[in-house]
Amino acid sequence: MLLRAFFQLGLLLLLPPLLLGVVNRVKAVLAGRQGPPVLQAYYDLAKLLRKGAVYSRTTTWVFRAGPAIGLAAVATAGMLLPVAGEPAVASFAGDFVLFAYLLALARFFTALAALDTGSSFEGMGAAREVSFASMAEPALFLCFVVLARATGALSLSGMLGPALAPAWRQASPALLLAAISLFVVTLAENARIPVDDPSTHLELTMIHEVMVLDHSGPDLAFILYGASMKLFLFGALFVRLVLGFRFDSVWAAEAVFVGGLLAFAALVGLTESVMARLRLTRVPQMLVGASVLSVFALVLLLR
Amino acid sequence: MTAALAIGAVALASASGVLGAALRRRPALGQRLSCAVLCTASALGIAAAVPALAGGGGFEIRQAWQEPFASLSLRLDPLSALFLIPVLAVPALGSIYGVAYWPQEKLGARAVRLQIFYGLVTGAMAMVVLADNAMLFLFGWEVMAVCAFLLVLSDPDRADAQRAAWVYLAAAHVGTFALFGFFSVVGSARGSFDFAAWQGLPAAGAAGGGLFALLLVGFGLKAGLVPLHFWLPGAHAAAPSHVSAVMSGVLLKTGIYGLLRTTGFFEAPPLAWGMVLLALGAVSAALGVGLALAQHDLKRLLAYHSVENIGIITMGVGIALVGRARGEPALVLLGFAGAALHVVNHALFKSLLFFGAGSVLHATGTRDIERLGGLAKVMPWTASLFLVGAAAISGLPPLNGFVSEWLVVLGSLRALDLPRADRAAFAVLAAPTLALVGALAAACFVKVQGVVFLGNPRSDDVARARESPREMLLPMAVLAAACLAIGLAPGLLLPSLTRGAASWAGLSTDALAAPASAAGASATGVSLGAAVLLAALGLLVVLRRRLGLLRGTAPRSDTWGCGYAHPSARMEYTASSFAQILVQGFRFALLPRVELQPPRGLFPGFARFATSVPDAVLDLAILPAVRAYGVAAGWVRGRLAGRIHFYAVLVLATLVALLAWRLLWW
Repeated sequence: MLLRAFFQLGLLLLLPPLLLGVVNRVKAVLAGRQGPPVLQAYYDLAKLLRKGAVYSRTTTWVFRAGPAIGLAAVATAGMLLPVAGEPAVASFAGDFVLFAYLLALARFFTALAALDTGSSFEGMGAAREVSFASMAEPALFLCFVVLARATGALSLSGMLGPALAPAWRQASPALLLAAISLFVVTLAENARIPVDDPSTHLELTMIHEVMVLDHSGPDLAFILYGASMKLFLFGALFVRLVLGFRFDSVWAAEAVFVGGLLAFAALVGLTESVMARLRLTRVPQMLVGASVLSVFALVLLLR
Repeated sequence: MTAALAIGAVALASASGVLGAALRRRPALGQRLSCAVLCTASALGIAAAVPALAGGGGFEIRQAWQEPFASLSLRLDPLSALFLIPVLAVPALGSIYGVAYWPQEKLGARAVRLQIFYGLVTGAMAMVVLADNAMLFLFGWEVMAVCAFLLVLSDPDRADAQRAAWVYLAAAHVGTFALFGFFSVVGSARGSFDFAAWQGLPAAGAAGGGLFALLLVGFGLKAGLVPLHFWLPGAHAAAPSHVSAVMSGVLLKTGIYGLLRTTGFFEAPPLAWGMVLLALGAVSAALGVGLALAQHDLKRLLAYHSVENIGIITMGVGIALVGRARGEPALVLLGFAGAALHVVNHALFKSLLFFGAGSVLHATGTRDIERLGGLAKVMPWTASLFLVGAAAISGLPPLNGFVSEWLVVLGSLRALDLPRADRAAFAVLAAPTLALVGALAAACFVKVQGVVFLGNPRSDDVARARESPREMLLPMAVLAAACLAIGLAPGLLLPSLTRGAASWAGLSTDALAAPASAAGASATGVSLGAAVLLAALGLLVVLRRRLGLLRGTAPRSDTWGCGYAHPSARMEYTASSFAQILVQGFRFALLPRVELQPPRGLFPGFARFATSVPDAVLDLAILPAVRAYGVAAGWVRGRLAGRIHFYAVLVLATLVALLAWRLLWW
């Protein structure tokens, strides 16, 4: 039991940067490039942690606190996340609300730190981030509500636990719709194409990257690590929802889970390679579409 | 004993302003003394309320009164006690704030007048939550409304205050009129105007529906439910900030109290009541936060957030009513606990925010957030305390706003336990609605905090700003500490909330024991999450220190301007641009107005662009209707004035019509 808890914590803390590496490698291969090493994100983190930081004269303590609060909030949300269908370190009825609001806390302080610089570019990024997030949030909650109705549980560990396999047998159309919706939310929340382009070079078109332009050194490392952890959290939700089988052995489940996460990263990379970025005015429509899919799923379950 | 404490609190609070008037020669002393009296009154009242919440110590008093139908009946039960605490605590903190914000030394008679009505409104609110007789309730209600009207007029010469005050007075009296209707119908049916005789009213049928509609109008107008919120933004923006804090923080809640108290009289309220409240609450919450996003006036923006939070509270009440209709104690408990805790929480963080807005106004002389910026450097304490309030109202953990919103979401999810094909299960849609509202509120407060306190100053108004005096910071610090405490240990409040729910729904606490212990276990989880969050944050802060990021030693530079060498404050992102995506996205509901005179020709001269978002109800419906009525009446007056024979014809026509009706149909 304790061993498994440590294993889960280890996964949460060590695996996330690898996902970024996989996404970038898939994108590079599909574009015919060699691309950075799969472990590049780890090297970047190590480099950034050794460096010093420069702060703008405009900024206050909010700018310095933003990255730390963001990372702490995302890591705390990770504590509520069930890994591979096993209960999370902490689990209680309604913990998914805390999960979602911890991510909102991270976003709140990242956006405030962006506004703290007084740069209009960063203000623009912050405005886009909070606007799109407010449309992604209902879609995410609707996914959770669908899961709650299908499994009869109100905690993340319950929704994604052993009750998921029978739920797939009884309510597969609803869960499928919810999974699609969750994937769209994942792309939006993690600033991936088609919502945001993490490798763009034009500040005017950025969302997440432009908010963190002025951060440097360990603060930037916190942000990078936090972003990869957030991708891991959403990936873990999605993978467990899609691969909701019942396993006989815990370790087999963990192995399938890690394999699924890597496949998820490859799927994100594939999406990024085959799609162009949407115009900013189209993004809300896509997110509302995701909410509508989940509402359909809910209606299927409630009728 | 508790009765003496509570009555003493009402009397002392009502009379507290008199000292300021008596000691006109020594204004500073007079104001401090009346502040001390109000704080004492508040302490007495809270001392009476706490034991009632802890499971004992309520009281009931009945005395005859010579007014018709009235009796001096007071009652303190857990529901009253829940409201009594914020109703007394917020005005007491506000009066401390007022010592520096609205000093009698400088303002003289205006401050004396404010002090008198401020004390009186506090006493009246306490009276409303304690009253156990309809006439006594209405007496307190009316004193409260008139005092609030006079408080909005604290600056009697300002045109916006005059307009807001009159709109408020008219709205308040329409509401009171509806309550007169409700109380007289029920009172004459029951033969007594004591609330004690009103238990077990039948809720079924058209009669029950009619009574519920009267309640919705009467209490909805006071609470500010959309579409009856129209008086609220103007009145709360025009009043002095510590008065706004009382009006927004607690005076609105008397409407919620009334709704809870009166729905408690009914036996088995039908499902429709709960669903109607849920829908109204959802519309209020979403429209309130949407309209708030579009405001540039700091206090008006906060006032619209009150509409949003009243919506959240109403959704909680709706869920509790759905639970009563379906006999689900879990829904009753979670809905009621979420609503009641949000009443307290909103009182805490909204008064904190209004105090902060007042400090900004005091320091810069403007409420227009487009003219502010960078205040965190000159007002670090105000900025940090405002940030706590902003995070709390956005429902972010580990603060109190999260806890109550979480309880309401959890309550709505319990509707999933209902059997298949039960319409009541659609109450679960409250959860995504709350997610939308919470995210929009967070967007709005990123805007406020970022534009007002962070970045560079946008105008010279900021240059002369100074940090507020201690008298203004202390109440804010107390409120911020309370926000954090409730967020960290919500489980401690659950037993009191359970008692409140039981007394409201007419259930025994045993019936609620199972859901209460489940909620308690979840609340422990929330506390654990908050603790882990703070521990992780502490670790990261230590790590930053170890990595050499010490305060002040890191090199400083200019903000990266993306290659541009001389960015100025005029190029900063503004509040309107920040909100533009969302205001455009929700333009079907917010109806923004755009005035555009684009630059024309090869040598463009004058160009202008302005956007504003009017209040959908007041500016687009009520005022045009009133104006059209005025024009029509003027037309009729112009046609008929002075022709006596035509009046005679009208009188005859009316008489004939009445006779015909009497003879043919009656």
